Amino acid sequence: MKNILGREIPEYIEGYGTVKAFKGAFASLREVERKAVKLQSAEPTEKKVLSSIKDAIEKCTIKDGMTVSFHHHLRNGDYVLNMVLEELSKTGIKDIRVAASSIFPVHAPLVEHMKSGMVTGICANYMSGPVAEAISRGELKYPAIMHTHGGRARAIESGDISIDIAFIAAPTCDTYGNINGVEGKSACGTLGYAVPDAMYAEKVVAITDNLIPYPACPIEITQEYIDFVVEVESIGDPNGIVSGTTQITKDPVGLKIAKMTSEVIEASGLLKKGFSFQTGAGGTSLAVADYVKKLMQQKDIKGSFAAGGITGYMVEMFEEGLFESLFDVQCFDLKAVESYRENKRHQNMSASMYGNPHNKGAVVNNLDVMILGATEIDTAFNANVTTGSNGMIMGGSGGHSDTAAGAKLAIVVTQLVKGRLPIVVDDVTTVTTPGETIDVLVTERGIAVNPKRQDLIEKLEKTKLPIMSIEELKQIAEKMTGTPEKIEAEDQLVAVIEYRDGTVIDTVKKI
Amino acid sequence: MGMDIKTPAKAGTMESNDIYVIVQPNDEGGIIIELESIVMKQFGKKIKEVILETLEALNIKNIHLSAKDRGALDYTIKARVETAVKRGM
Repeated sequence: MKNILGREIPEYIEGYGTVKAFKGAFASLREVERKAVKLQSAEPTEKKVLSSIKDAIEKCTIKDGMTVSFHHHLRNGDYVLNMVLEELSKTGIKDIRVAASSIFPVHAPLVEHMKSGMVTGICANYMSGPVAEAISRGELKYPAIMHTHGGRARAIESGDISIDIAFIAAPTCDTYGNINGVEGKSACGTLGYAVPDAMYAEKVVAITDNLIPYPACPIEITQEYIDFVVEVESIGDPNGIVSGTTQITKDPVGLKIAKMTSEVIEASGLLKKGFSFQTGAGGTSLAVADYVKKLMQQKDIKGSFAAGGITGYMVEMFEEGLFESLFDVQCFDLKAVESYRENKRHQNMSASMYGNPHNKGAVVNNLDVMILGATEIDTAFNANVTTGSNGMIMGGSGGHSDTAAGAKLAIVVTQLVKGRLPIVVDDVTTVTTPGETIDVLVTERGIAVNPKRQDLIEKLEKTKLPIMSIEELKQIAEKMTGTPEKIEAEDQLVAVIEYRDGTVIDTVKKI
Repeated sequence: MGMDIKTPAKAGTMESNDIYVIVQPNDEGGIIIELESIVMKQFGKKIKEVILETLEALNIKNIHLSAKDRGALDYTIKARVETAVKRGM
């Protein structure tokens, strides 16, 4: 069958189930139900601390076919996923599904577990490195399921993903399972993506390298959700957990895009008292933030909040008083970790609070402006951040689709051509985020506004900005690069791309 | 009578959007092109065409050329090939 975007999708996928076709960004908003959670209640004298991951696995009564979950706040420094899978592999268990909020190059050992048949399913919101490449080559038994950050929270709450055991990397944990992320040698800041796992998994194991006496205040994930606590030597490599300060781009093309983007924001009329803003941590996105900062200073505008994975740069704007508060689901650098620890108005948010479409209102709904990237964007404004133009998985939505759907003004910023590849195309290789939720595309050669935003077109036409149709941008790009040859994908399906509401927006084929 | 490469020479860099070209004499005769590219699937044929056309315009008949492409546009490819060839003559 075809979904509303014309993407061919099967009605049933082995290892996934019956497919619900994407019907539009807001078509699924209705009465929903959360799943009931089965749990083992604690005796008053019971102890939770176990001596090893092996013990925890035994106590959790593992079985073939179960789902184990992980969160990615330790990013490319994470040791926990590899340690747990290593222990699981010694038990002879098979056919398990790994539900990780994101997968990074550090998780390369997972490829061997895929080949051995221990891991036959993977869900993630983002994946890069050897695991993503192995999945693209068809080395995972069942297609991977790619969620959005908010969509994963929704899937866990609804029971679409039923987690048997959640493993939570805990930078600090007390002997009764209270967790905080702001203390200890592996401090990573907020733990927003782990919250649904803790609340909805049948068993929850905290793995920590900083076991402290009860209670571990300020507590972020609380004791009533935690079955067991295990102390290990190290949960991660601090160098991979938090990056150094990300620098604003010095590339003149990136700076030009950023400046034009700030002018679009200014012309939109949204840049006024109470302004709210989110941007990624890339160099061009930070440059947009820098231009927005200057505009806010000049015009003496005080914003309400900045959100997202928070970077040191957003912390600086916040400390300067340009925003009243920060909403943070994941700290990107040490400065953000420190700010979150020290400042009460640097507020944590769970993955559900951040972007789940099926709750009573996520933070993305309160966003004025969102700055997004894209690997490709097509003439219907559909954006791809999941695969490269060669069809290889190299990313995923993360919060892309969630923020695009929620924000009043969702802007994709990108160079028109990257490494000879035209970024504006007739059809994106993979649809991650539907075009109906993207308002503007800013490139160094021109700006295209989604035709459904006539209000915005009228405002921008009054400026000197180079406004043109997205088809014109596509022609400019192809004139520079030539027309790329089509890449033939094989028939085997290797990943299912779920929109945030759990419908299937696209699939990825083996390459 | 075509010109020949007399000595190994190179031009370009491994930076993104550039192409690194190494030329060597080919004693066996003929044109040998070895190409690696980050956009091989999408533009491999086109890049080889541009290299061949450039060599033809320079009247080169015998050459061993290896190129590592990092997404260069056609005018960059032409310029790097021409420079490497002239350095090797």
